[in-house]
Amino acid sequence: MTERTGAPSGLRPWALDQVAVHVARDLPPGSYVNIGIGLPTLVPGQIPAGRDVVLHSENGMLGLGPPPAPGVADPDLIDAGKNPATLVAGGSYFSHAEAFVMIRGGHLDIAVLGAFQVSQDGDLANWSMPGEKLPAVGGAMDLAAGARRVVVLTRHVARNGTPKLVARCSYPLTARQAVSRVYTDLATMDVAGGRFVVVESAPGLDPGYLRQVTGGAVDWAAAGPPPGGAPDDAAGQRR
Amino acid sequence: MTASVPAGGRIDKRVASAAEAVAGVPDGATVLVGGFGEVGVAATLIDALVEQGPTDLTVVANNAGAGDRGVAALLRAGRVRRIICSYPRSRGSTWFERRYAEGSVELEVVPQGTLSERIRAAGAGVPAFYTRTGVGTELAAGKEARTIGGREYLLEFALPGDIALIRARRGDSWGNLAYHATARNYAPTMAAAAGLTIAEVAEPVGEPGALDPELIVTPGIYVDRLLHVPPATGSAR
Repeated sequence: MTERTGAPSGLRPWALDQVAVHVARDLPPGSYVNIGIGLPTLVPGQIPAGRDVVLHSENGMLGLGPPPAPGVADPDLIDAGKNPATLVAGGSYFSHAEAFVMIRGGHLDIAVLGAFQVSQDGDLANWSMPGEKLPAVGGAMDLAAGARRVVVLTRHVARNGTPKLVARCSYPLTARQAVSRVYTDLATMDVAGGRFVVVESAPGLDPGYLRQVTGGAVDWAAAGPPPGGAPDDAAGQRR
Repeated sequence: MTASVPAGGRIDKRVASAAEAVAGVPDGATVLVGGFGEVGVAATLIDALVEQGPTDLTVVANNAGAGDRGVAALLRAGRVRRIICSYPRSRGSTWFERRYAEGSVELEVVPQGTLSERIRAAGAGVPAFYTRTGVGTELAAGKEARTIGGREYLLEFALPGDIALIRARRGDSWGNLAYHATARNYAPTMAAAAGLTIAEVAEPVGEPGALDPELIVTPGIYVDRLLHVPPATGSAR
């Protein structure tokens, strides 16, 4: 994302921590949420204090807490990314099979996942790059197919400059028509009606540039008028 | 292969050594190996299986091993013909990567929840089931699809084992088991899905009644042999 030819001079993309704030803001109190590996791991730290959002870890726990302090990690307690973990009061342990009963059975309210590509129809590609020598799928397909709502946190554009939000995924699919909302460093977009519908945009973003860096159809107007002349609101232009 | 026969009319599934615990595992066996990453892996039983020598094994596990112990020990010793797992690629999975690159190990990658459910189905006597997971992906290739209630599903088959190697925190001589934290992961499911289930147990294995029956996670009916393996030597981490 360093080179952005034609980027509006006033554009200030959100920091990824701020994108995580946007995701966290939309996690309802009392919801049961699975946080995927990669960028989504920024989200738990941004959940407002005092809001009970119960984090699910597919190796077998509800109530995933923050990382343990140095020296006090329980070697038998890890998260799905295999990092040392803690359990919050009210949390529970269960088998791996039960963890996926919760996913497959539609009990999980939200899955926050990373992505290689998301299509304008909500198709998700996040498990395998083309030509990968060693396939590894993990729980990505189960989460994408089973969670009641799937949202994606990703950079808007890949490191090589190609769009990650596309008309059709060219990478191997994780699930079809799974993604409801995408949070990027440029915009928050609902995936609806075969388009990326902008609900919030980074300071200084304009529709022409957003279309330039997005491979799929963009609906800028549906949620409100384009930004006015004062794009210096640090929280962005929420519409 | 049969479980150890109770002596003198009383059930006592405890064995005295790791060699005794894994005795009788034949070449070509399908071995279900508990654990998620290195947590909950019955590393001492696996070391004993390497020592005992069966080869041409099919290993079913979440991962394909890391470092030198656990599934990696079987791979290093060249005992594995095929791995069925969800996520083979991890920090330190060098033995798997080497065996896979040289073509001596086949790999079947299974979505993680489908892997668990296939094992669960085997233990529950369910030969196959339909799931949404994988619909529209390349992992659906060759699988029977069916539309139920307007939604598409894939048929997935049960995945039974000849042997299960699991680790628990507490156990009793009847084979009842309880676990600690996320080390439980695949163990209760695999225990029910294998012809011969062997558990290593971190705390000394007690007499019947040693465990609160309300807190037993794996009932002894699923467990055939128990070996006490203290944590310092037991887990892979």
